[in-house]
Amino acid sequence: MTLILYLSDMILPFVLFYIIANGLAAGRPVYDDFVEGAKEGFGTVLGVMPTLIGLMAGVSILRASGFLSFLAGLLSHIISEELVMPELISVILVKLFSSSAATGLALDIFSQFGADSLPGLSVSLMLSCTETIFYTMSVYFMSVKVKKTRYTLPGALAATAAGIAMSLFLARRM
Amino acid sequence: MLNYLWAAMVLIGVVWGAFHGTLGDVTESALNGAKEAVSLCITMLGILSLWSGVLKIGERSGLLKKFSRGLRPFIRFLFPQIPDGHPASEAMSTNIIANMLGLGWAATPAGLKAMEQLDRLNPQKGTATNAMCTFLILNMSSLQLIPINMIAYRSQYGSINPAAIVMPALLATAVSTAVGILAAKLLERIWP
Repeated sequence: MTLILYLSDMILPFVLFYIIANGLAAGRPVYDDFVEGAKEGFGTVLGVMPTLIGLMAGVSILRASGFLSFLAGLLSHIISEELVMPELISVILVKLFSSSAATGLALDIFSQFGADSLPGLSVSLMLSCTETIFYTMSVYFMSVKVKKTRYTLPGALAATAAGIAMSLFLARRM
Repeated sequence: MLNYLWAAMVLIGVVWGAFHGTLGDVTESALNGAKEAVSLCITMLGILSLWSGVLKIGERSGLLKKFSRGLRPFIRFLFPQIPDGHPASEAMSTNIIANMLGLGWAATPAGLKAMEQLDRLNPQKGTATNAMCTFLILNMSSLQLIPINMIAYRSQYGSINPAAIVMPALLATAVSTAVGILAAKLLERIWP
């Protein structure tokens, strides 16, 4: 695990170096390209800002009303708390439908337990290795009017379950 | 989807709060949540602008194209039914690489184009082909190599080392993708 954490520190600097060196080698005006891309990134964040404001207000309302702890209590009857924390289960379920709503719940876990706590790390990894299955499937299949999706859903759920299991396993070792 | 999800959050919260006498907290935290979202976005403005600027350099210097070409043998293995050099393969490569780099805006159009091309090869319209199923399973198994958004969130919420998740997340993503491919290859044999 030490090696894995060490590599984590190396990857970002390495990627930065590689991309910029490659740009220079290709004879690109790298700083001009950078500024243009940064402007786009700026626009992206401004674009998601209203969504985030709405969702974080929504999650905060749920948390403050006491409903989230009630839900977590209910879920802890179904699955042993030692295996998966109930808070994490709600994130997993929401993530299948909406990435931004799952982010809202994850940020709530960060502020409640801390980003480096076991639930914080678990949720960081879980959201990094899963996708919004139902949303993606409906967008892509609807675009070609496919109704019979055959084994797409079971296959995607298998991949998601494996990612979640791996996240929980790794988070305990960090 | 989000319309119902969001409305449910707020409505349930307010009703639940009314019955449990927590409406005062509800008001305060609704305002705090909105405030928190803004300070989170300020952190993200820095990190995401930096990242998309760097990725733009990569895109302009032809990295995207170079990687797509490197993906060819992998595409041939995954989609043996698709003739070599078919536009579907090209669109799928672009989609996969864009997903790996976390370029959502480049991934979705390429993915939709891939579906359209795959549908041209579909003898039974309205029913997904093996290639469509495999492609979407791969797409939904999460391919992003560096979870830059998550790093930004973690840094806003006081993580000592926000990027510590990069390598573990990469491992988890590799496992979910491997399981997705395995499941796709297995199911394509047994599914009618």
